[in-house]
Amino acid sequence: MSAWETIIGLEVHCELKTATKLFCGCPNMFGDEPNTNCCPVCLGLPGSLPVLNKGAVELAIRIGLALNCTVAPSTFHRKNYFYPDMPKDYQISQYDQPLNAGGWIDLPEGSRVGITRAHMEEDTGKSTHLGGTGRIHGADSSLIDYNRSGVPLVEIVSEPDMRSGVQARAYVAELRAILVAVGATDGRMEEGSMRVDANVSVRKPGDPFGTRCEIKNLNSLRSLQRAIEYEAARQIDLIEAGERVVQETRHFDEQTGRTGTMRSKEEATDYRYFPEPDLVPLNPSRAWIDEIRSNLAPLPKARREHLLAAVGEVTPALVDLVATVVDRDLDTLVSAAINAGAPAQLAIARAANELDADGVLPSPASFAGTCQLEASGRLSATQAKQVLAALLDEPHGDPAAIADRLGFVAMDDGALDTVLDAAIADHPSEWQRYCDGDDKLAQFFVGKVMAATKGKANGKAVIAAIAARRP
Amino acid sequence: MTTSAISLAQAIAARTTTAAAATDAALSAITERDGELHAFLHVDADAARQAASAIDARIAAGETVGPLAGVPVAIKDNLVMTGVPTTCGSKILEGWRPPYTATVVERLIDAGAIPIGKTNLDEFAMGSSTENSAYGPSRNPIDPTKVPGGSSGGSAVAVAAGYVPVSLGSDTGGSIRQPAAFCGLIGYKPTYGHISRYGLVAFSSSLDQVGPFTTTVADSALVSEIIGGHDHRDSTSIDAPAPSLLEACGRGVAGLRVGLCSDLLDGADAVIVDRVRAAAAALEAAGATIVDLAIPELRLGLSAYYLLAPAEASSNLARYDGVRFGLREERDDVAAMNVATRTAGFGPEVKRRIMLGTYALSAGYYDAYYGQAQKTRRLITNALDAAYQGVDLLLGATTPTTAFGFGDKVADPLSMYLSDLFTIPSNLAGHPAMSVPFGTDSAGLPIGVQLLAPGRRDDLLFAAGAVLESEVSA
Amino acid sequence: MTNPNPLTEADVIKVASLARLELRPDEVATFTEQLGSVLGHAQDIAALNLEGLSPMAHPFDLENVLREDVVTPSLDRDAVLAAAPDAAEHRFRVGRILGEAP
Ligand SMILES: [Mg+2]
Ligand SMILES: [Zn+2]
Repeated sequence: MSAWETIIGLEVHCELKTATKLFCGCPNMFGDEPNTNCCPVCLGLPGSLPVLNKGAVELAIRIGLALNCTVAPSTFHRKNYFYPDMPKDYQISQYDQPLNAGGWIDLPEGSRVGITRAHMEEDTGKSTHLGGTGRIHGADSSLIDYNRSGVPLVEIVSEPDMRSGVQARAYVAELRAILVAVGATDGRMEEGSMRVDANVSVRKPGDPFGTRCEIKNLNSLRSLQRAIEYEAARQIDLIEAGERVVQETRHFDEQTGRTGTMRSKEEATDYRYFPEPDLVPLNPSRAWIDEIRSNLAPLPKARREHLLAAVGEVTPALVDLVATVVDRDLDTLVSAAINAGAPAQLAIARAANELDADGVLPSPASFAGTCQLEASGRLSATQAKQVLAALLDEPHGDPAAIADRLGFVAMDDGALDTVLDAAIADHPSEWQRYCDGDDKLAQFFVGKVMAATKGKANGKAVIAAIAARRP
Repeated sequence: MTTSAISLAQAIAARTTTAAAATDAALSAITERDGELHAFLHVDADAARQAASAIDARIAAGETVGPLAGVPVAIKDNLVMTGVPTTCGSKILEGWRPPYTATVVERLIDAGAIPIGKTNLDEFAMGSSTENSAYGPSRNPIDPTKVPGGSSGGSAVAVAAGYVPVSLGSDTGGSIRQPAAFCGLIGYKPTYGHISRYGLVAFSSSLDQVGPFTTTVADSALVSEIIGGHDHRDSTSIDAPAPSLLEACGRGVAGLRVGLCSDLLDGADAVIVDRVRAAAAALEAAGATIVDLAIPELRLGLSAYYLLAPAEASSNLARYDGVRFGLREERDDVAAMNVATRTAGFGPEVKRRIMLGTYALSAGYYDAYYGQAQKTRRLITNALDAAYQGVDLLLGATTPTTAFGFGDKVADPLSMYLSDLFTIPSNLAGHPAMSVPFGTDSAGLPIGVQLLAPGRRDDLLFAAGAVLESEVSA
Repeated sequence: MTNPNPLTEADVIKVASLARLELRPDEVATFTEQLGSVLGHAQDIAALNLEGLSPMAHPFDLENVLREDVVTPSLDRDAVLAAAPDAAEHRFRVGRILGEAP
């Protein structure tokens, strides 16, 4: 019997990082006091009218271009359904004429995921549930804050091109990196600025798609992968037990790691879409699109390729490190350091592991200098890391001077020989056992040398010297 | 009050009279007669007196005041004003005080006008008689056994009863022109996009327009210029200069070609047909050429309108759900609360249109009803555009009948809808139109003739309207 | 009526539920007849061949009406909540919400 194949398509809602909401001038701000960023428009008060935010359109076009979509004339529609966090009881959204359609993303591991569309719409308010467990079910009442109501969203719908939770996770990670790179969002999934719905089905390879379930509101990469893996296994178990998958919307429980059916009213949804009469069509000019394209920041893929081009042999480990560097926005610093003479591979590794993108960063020259001292053997890895840490207090500091100040004295070969001679003389039986093939004792002599030099010897050089003495 | 807004404003500016006196006159007329006529749902006497004193003080101080300084005006109760109750004639909004003011009201106030109160209307402007108001109907001042028309009935009554020289209404399918015809007033529906809808509670967004009721064509022009013009808060507002309406009032019709349109006439009472022909003769005597023509597509307007307007309304009226403002019928869960609130808060006509519109948009029916209606809208607009290749203006009746009696059409909604037959095409096309009083029937009830012009040629209506007006007063 | 009613009582009940309205049995009958008569009238356009005509959503062909992304004052929160049928903790209060958004 052939193995099962999991089919995954994702819908990602991304909040745009504008100053104001999509259709009114209220601040688009996370975390403000409830209902302080509200006006007649975003409260849906009778008589109010929407006016489209140019900044939001520009960010949406940036997203479309970054996802290789065609940017096309579009219209807004009303999606009608009753829900208390939605003030007008319809959502203004793009329907059959989305702003962006037909693109793709290339993932770092080499696969390509198609983008069906990336359309604009407005966010809803936020409900807090009182009583029960604080979740929607079992609550006696809910409180609604409309600060988020009308915040601009772009909904990015993928083709059902993904085949595993790992790949879906990589897709969202890459999508997030792209959205952050073009300045469209801050990408904070935990604050809800990116929300993921996953459509999951299973089939035998070559068969038509199976019945899918939609898992709503996944708010971390880890949850996304876990939820998909659980859901696929659940569907396979069902089918293998002779049962059928029912098309439904499901919810992922972080605690139990399971998906469960969401209790929703039985009535079939009929959104009664029709063109929003209060807004006029959006038809971005070629000139505007070209201008946005020409100002588009370099995308993560190009940035990764740029860094990898600077190293000789590309290993999987290095690909991961480069992804981390770009993801943390450290690639500009690393490139500058490489240009200033730092060895590429070392600069990438140290940036990925030692630098904090949200904190103070060393200047490119100081970073490059530290890497060079380490590469030359003047500093051990441990020492180099300490110098990098010290550079946070003086980003333009001279690494050699800092090393001196920290007492990282360079030992020439003669000095090291003298210390090592003494250590061997003091522990002749240990040295004999080492020479007889007991490799563990190398570390014993490293320790003795370090003790004698108060840790200032370069560990790598010591190991090399010990190995060289072995007959 | 028989004097026009323009002459009243001039008298106040010249200190022949005062804003306070004009306001008091309006308020006492209302006290005297509005118990019977019921033009107003809310009168704000204190605020009006205060605003009037402020105007008088500014005039006394020699300050420059606006062109409507001291003129009392009435506002249809589907236009919002900060802190002033706005009901839209519905129980569902009872007690709601909006936190903002409509652009048109703001502009009237900036011009020095004194808002006296909010006028009665068919619930959410859905109706042609004001009988659908949850707060009781208004009565026609010419014959109180007759309806004043609707939906802007209260605004028509406020001017026709002489309370105020100017009121604002809204016109989605004839809701200014039909009551203007029934009450003997000038009623003007502008080109869609000429007057801001910001703060007008939406009935059907792609059809609604605000416009004035006045006793003279020049007043209509002045008020429309004041409240009109681009508004960045309304995305459908036209941002381009329009020909001056006031200037057009003195332009005459010499050289204009006027199409006497059988599809805006056939089916009207004989006396109305006579008056429309008399209006054609008057325009001809003033130098226009009259061309008989037919635009049979206009007959399709009624069906298109009664699918499109309810469809938009069904969505516009979803927000009355008991969550944020207005009535709430408390229930344990929100959905049940929504249902109870809407069921208790909306009257039968509103429910009828919400259901009609919901049906027209629902899965499986969209193409046959809503989609087809949108294409019919295009067909009618194209037909009008084609007609305007040969004529500058169209002339027809505003209504098929003069003011009818209470209860005459309530039982049969379709018969009520049919009274909008001649007014609907201009809304569908977004074109401007005006009803001008032109005589009466044998019972003395006013008859309105309707002028229609192509989009953004509102000035032509004022040129022709002024000619008809001078003919009547001569 | 020559044409059969294009609308059934079941249609009316379904539409009322979509619109969050509740109808008494007698209202269902009345509305079915009244809505049926309007839809019956609309058969004149349902029967037209309008192929080639584009649907008209707006009277004029405006496009790209945009505003700059600049903050304008929001309402005072007390004014926002003054209209609320029920409020607590500076938020609008509603009863139990059955089910997530569709
Ligand atoms: Mg969406
Ligand atoms: Zn707002």
